[in-house]
Amino acid sequence: MTVQAASPALDAGQAQAPARPLREFWYYFSENKGAVLGLALIVLLILAAIFADVIAPHDPIEQYRDALLKPPVWDAEGSSRFLLGTDPAGRDILSRLIHGTRLSFFIGIISVSLSLSVGVVLGLASGFFRGVVDIAIMRLMDIMLALPSLLLAIVIVAILGPGLVNAMIAISITYLPHYVRLMRASVLTESGKDYVTASRVSGAGLLRLMFVVVLPNCMAPLIVQGTLGFSSAILDAAALGFLGLGAQPPTPEWGSMLASALEFLQRAWWVVTFPGLAILITVLAFNLMGDGLRDALDPKLKR
Amino acid sequence: MLRFIVTRAALIIPTFIGVTLLAFAMIRLVPGDPIELLAGERGISAERHAKLMAEYGFDKPLLVQYAVYVAEVLQGDLGQSISTRQPVLEEFAALFPATVELSFCAMLFAMVLGLPAGIVAALKRGKAPDHVVMGASLTGYSMPIFWWGLLLILFFSVYLRWTPVSGRIAIQYFFEPVTGFMLIDSLLSGQEGAFTSALRHLILPSIVLGTIPLAVIARMTRSSMLEVLNEDYIRTARAKGLSPWRIINLHALRNALIPVITVIGLQVGALLAGAILTETIFSWPGVGKWLVESIRRRDYPILQGGVLLVATVIILVNLTVDLLYGLINPRIRHAR
Repeated sequence: MTVQAASPALDAGQAQAPARPLREFWYYFSENKGAVLGLALIVLLILAAIFADVIAPHDPIEQYRDALLKPPVWDAEGSSRFLLGTDPAGRDILSRLIHGTRLSFFIGIISVSLSLSVGVVLGLASGFFRGVVDIAIMRLMDIMLALPSLLLAIVIVAILGPGLVNAMIAISITYLPHYVRLMRASVLTESGKDYVTASRVSGAGLLRLMFVVVLPNCMAPLIVQGTLGFSSAILDAAALGFLGLGAQPPTPEWGSMLASALEFLQRAWWVVTFPGLAILITVLAFNLMGDGLRDALDPKLKR
Repeated sequence: MLRFIVTRAALIIPTFIGVTLLAFAMIRLVPGDPIELLAGERGISAERHAKLMAEYGFDKPLLVQYAVYVAEVLQGDLGQSISTRQPVLEEFAALFPATVELSFCAMLFAMVLGLPAGIVAALKRGKAPDHVVMGASLTGYSMPIFWWGLLLILFFSVYLRWTPVSGRIAIQYFFEPVTGFMLIDSLLSGQEGAFTSALRHLILPSIVLGTIPLAVIARMTRSSMLEVLNEDYIRTARAKGLSPWRIINLHALRNALIPVITVIGLQVGALLAGAILTETIFSWPGVGKWLVESIRRRDYPILQGGVLLVATVIILVNLTVDLLYGLINPRIRHAR
């Protein structure tokens, strides 16, 4: 930074390319209108998740016996008491969706941070130690990739037993190989570079080399993968919930809301439509933002 | 070429060993011991328990158990279902054609729509068609397909009454399965209307299962096309004065399709995962629904054998794609 400040002439010459990393990042990110839209949606969803107790008009598991399967407000039989109608047990769908946002973000955060942290450690170990450690780890990851993610998650849930926590564990195990491979690949390209050799020569220990020297330089692809992993985690958790293997009723999880609405498909379209729409919008928002992040952070991957 | 095939084929051995380990470990990691699982909820006396433990070999060291398991698997013995007492392999073989038929039609749907969409998007880069295709493809890629299936049922089956809600064929048609593929069997049976009925049952599930591959193929075709269109030989072809149609078909498309073929091959795994959800929604009697039901019934031998078989299918398909890719693209074959 001090070096750049000392050469103002150079700065003025490159007015198109801002020097600050954050500003440069925003410059590229905001080029992609879809990504900005995704970000805006995510901010809205996060706000909804944080203030769920305040925004939600009703308690998400309170059953109004006098209002079973009420249609949404714009329907002739709907009322403004339940904006998006009620489910077969008389619970307010809007409130359940808002509280479901909280749950989905919780699932995303836990699953992604679990697989990210374990994946980073395994990838670093694989890339630094090479040899037997590398082969063992990478072969294991290949095996995990041989199974479709949802099938692997189902197997893990079948072993651990159904439930929200186990579903999150299953999802984080399923997506582990992506992070390990990504991390290992970055380590292999980075560890040959001069700055790594320099710190090695000046006596940096192995742990310092791994976590302080190399890791920060491998963050860009990990952030992109993490964002995209967030959407996969939400999607898979909903699928598990739908199959009855994830969150159990009466938890207001979007996938299990869909599952419990199945038998009312023909009578009440709204109990099926809204939870799925919530899943779609959230997943879409993260995929949009992930694409923008990739463009902004990783010029190599730019399409 | 032979060396390439042999080395690629040899690479699947460790993966296969790993998958058998996973399947083997699975049934032993479940809380409670395997005999209790086999006995189910009825319970079992202590002596009978000990006798069965010895009979099934669960009292031997794990390594011996694993060796026995692999030997059995290699002989095609994957155990018996707890609920139906049928061999797992037989059940799988009976249901697998239904899944293959569905996956094939889904892939056909995805390719027929995805390839042209991707090409159009690439040719009209940055214009309205491009934005429409890319937006639709990102939406398709983000789609919770179990919900998508329900929406389609709601609209086409419940509201418009165009297509049936579930199953493979209307119940009034009955014939012995010859190939296991309903479209072919219904034709062979010679019954009037049977083929149409089978086809109508296939439409919605194929669209649902094909949605994500469709999105992936469209995106991939677009980016691959864009890359090829920048190549020198395309400029040369243009400079020669070839018609745009000829350039696209003869020069660009042939080269652009190589990565797309790989992606299509890799989608097979995703298709089988999607089949789990699609088959559950449409009550399609295939492998996916069978696996989900086996979990609900706690039928662990089916889950164990089914996972092994599905993984084997995926490994073999991926190997085939690898080999085909090497065949089309000599650069891969001679790498290293």
